Amino acid sequence: MKQPEALLEVRDLHKWFPLRRRLLSRAREVVKAVDGVSFDVRRGEVLSLVGESGSGKSTVGRSVLRLTVPTAGTIRFAGTDITHFSRRQMRPFRQRMQLVFQDPYASLNPRMTVEGILAAPLEIHGRAASRSDRRDKIEEALRLVGLLPQHAARYPHEFSGGQRQRIGIARALMTGPELLIADEPVSALDVSIQAQVVNLLVELKRRLGLTILFVAHDLAVVGHISDRIAVMYLGRLVELAETRELFGNPRHPYTEALLSAAPIPDPTFKRERIVLAGDIPSPVNPPSGCSFRTRCPYALPACGEARPPLREVAPGHFKACIRDDLRLRAPG
Amino acid sequence: MTATPALVPAMAPVTRSAASMAEDVVLDVEDLSVSFVSPQGIVPAAREVSFEVRRGETLAMVGESGSGKSVTSLAILRLTPPAPQCRIEGRVRLRAGDRRVHDLLALPEARMRELRGSAAAMVFQEPMTSLNPVHKIGDQIAEAVRFHSALSKRGALDRAAELLDLVGIPDVRRRMSSYPHQLSGGMRQRVMIAIALSCEPVLLIADEPTTALDVTIQAQILELLHDLQQRTQMALLFITHNLGVVAEIADRVIVMYAGRVVEEAAVLPLFKRPLMPYTQGLLRSVPRLDLAGRRCDELAAIPGNVPDPLALPPGCSFAPRCAHRVPELCDARVPLLEGAGAEHFVRCARWASLAEGAPP
Ligand SMILES: Nc1ncnc2c1ncn2[C@@H]1O[C@H](COP(=O)(O)OP(=O)(O)OP(=O)(O)O)[C@@H](O)[C@H]1O
Ligand SMILES: Nc1ncnc2c1ncn2[C@@H]1O[C@H](COP(=O)(O)OP(=O)(O)OP(=O)(O)O)[C@@H](O)[C@H]1O
Ligand code: SF4
Ligand code: SF4
Ligand SMILES: [Mg+2]
Ligand SMILES: [Mg+2]
Repeated sequence: MKQPEALLEVRDLHKWFPLRRRLLSRAREVVKAVDGVSFDVRRGEVLSLVGESGSGKSTVGRSVLRLTVPTAGTIRFAGTDITHFSRRQMRPFRQRMQLVFQDPYASLNPRMTVEGILAAPLEIHGRAASRSDRRDKIEEALRLVGLLPQHAARYPHEFSGGQRQRIGIARALMTGPELLIADEPVSALDVSIQAQVVNLLVELKRRLGLTILFVAHDLAVVGHISDRIAVMYLGRLVELAETRELFGNPRHPYTEALLSAAPIPDPTFKRERIVLAGDIPSPVNPPSGCSFRTRCPYALPACGEARPPLREVAPGHFKACIRDDLRLRAPG
Repeated sequence: MTATPALVPAMAPVTRSAASMAEDVVLDVEDLSVSFVSPQGIVPAAREVSFEVRRGETLAMVGESGSGKSVTSLAILRLTPPAPQCRIEGRVRLRAGDRRVHDLLALPEARMRELRGSAAAMVFQEPMTSLNPVHKIGDQIAEAVRFHSALSKRGALDRAAELLDLVGIPDVRRRMSSYPHQLSGGMRQRVMIAIALSCEPVLLIADEPTTALDVTIQAQILELLHDLQQRTQMALLFITHNLGVVAEIADRVIVMYAGRVVEEAAVLPLFKRPLMPYTQGLLRSVPRLDLAGRRCDELAAIPGNVPDPLALPPGCSFAPRCAHRVPELCDARVPLLEGAGAEHFVRCARWASLAEGAPP
């Protein structure tokens, strides 16, 4: 059987941010926000990036969209290497990959009507042939996200948080993208509204055949929406597998700890929780070797020697940890 | 670490209805209503909220954004904006460490300030806004210690170090001279908890203390609060919108919707047999980690949105979103909070008939 085609191929992506040079210090320090990340997103799948704050998820998303220039590595979209494309070269690709923001309040221009907000991407890309064509496209996008045509004349402040996020998604759909990058699209929403938006994304994926790179830190939401999940820690991928496999059979100690720390809404659910000691180290001076070793309950002296490569330990299941003798626990 | 005699109340404590407050009740809130005057009209932020928290107990308060959780907790400690912008009605009683009962809303401001911190303390979501950015951590804790005790400067600093150790901050001596921005979010929250605990409060109110933190750090803080409570037997009012956190730490739960308590129960019946359609909807709408990958296609989302506080429905506030609404029953008046079994209360006109149809 043929493997599904990769729409997005990320290889050995690095994004380092230089820090201001310290007085009397010759070395220039850098934040290694993304430090050698490789993965594919297959056509029609939802791949999620999870990890704690500062692990580099958003930076991966921004690099893929070429909103920032990678320090090293390559990004191929639909077979084309876009890593070093100029703004002009990127333009046809911009329509094919769109971003949905986290904050439905800050990301919509308060002085524009919904119609104006949705028309903007059409104008930028010269995709509205006529006024009636434009109106049709706007109505279709509103309907797709569960809003009504009469909403087009209103302003963002007249909508609730969940509705504003729908408008944000409608805007991203205007240019008919193949890839949607959704960076924490439901984190700012209430629980009962989160479910509405998650359902909408799943439905859009099915109806439009969208491919989604979903960035989030809520494992339960991610588990519901994703086909595959990549776990990040300190700018690196530590594990990647299909959702069911990752949750049922985690192979990396950090994944085990993340799953164990996520609260489960069932008071009868008893488990022995793994509480990691300490904080995430600074990405300016990550630990040598395995960067998780300062918090890993299974660390050995050998873990500090070399950086464990991401390797395939079972079909489609990758991890970056030297120990294969561990029996890790899964929730449920 | 005892209060100085000067801080012990000179006046007689309010005893009028202390008899009706059971011995183990630390906080008794009765018909608390809070409203704000805004240019658009009066915002009824909390309405006739009643509950108790007992010694050694964790009461979780859950509800969506704007349901009145923070306003209720701020009003308890009288930290809401002053009148006439904000109006508070009802009664709040606190049993301090010396077992005296205080009628908080009737106290003079100076007495209230003494009780805040000595008997009742609060931890907020974003610790950065409550810490002073230009003072060292150790000094800030010591200052809180000295506000409520007769310790010398040296003694207060020693006590500060002890407290930092208690809340699990590594390398205490070095951290004492750190500034807030040099600490991670999780460490700052630990510092806030240390300050809150500095005078051994009988009541700790924690308003979304882990919402801004990563899950692995959240797990540390929840464990810390649980340990501290076991040791001190303080009463904990824990505000959150995360049902997973509720399941993990609560003994009892109150569910808020549009400013009102709509259900109250012990944690097990609340999750296993919720009676209010809103609670039922909320529980169904959260994806479950332990079922991930075995997903059913759709989450059971609650349709619609929270009502505008300036245009609340005349009857049940949840009616516009409720699948069980019967206009004659639900829209006529606000349903009462009715007893539905041992310590289980529900505000729904149809709970009894809906429960009959449901499997036990
Ligand atoms: N423009 C920038 N300049 C300097 N450092 C940056 C910049 N953008 C991000 N960083 C740093 O890079 C690291 C990764 O940041 P990023 O925003 O990608 O993390 P994240 O996983 O999305 O976190 P969160 O869950 O908090 O959104 C962090 O340490 C961050 O401080
Ligand atoms: N200072 C104020 N002036 C006017 N209205 C206010 C003020 N503070 C709160 N409110 C209103 O009171 C209501 C309840 O707010 P509250 O902050 O208690 O909600 P919450 O349940 O804590 O929500 P969240 O989960 O977002 O923290 C809201 O409608 C809010 O807009
Ligand atoms: S390589 Fe070592 S430190 Fe890193 S996750 Fe594996 S066991 Fe832990
Ligand atoms: S009172 Fe009526 S509308 Fe309100 S929750 Fe009960 S059934 Fe639903
Ligand atoms: Mg981010
Ligand atoms: Mg609040």
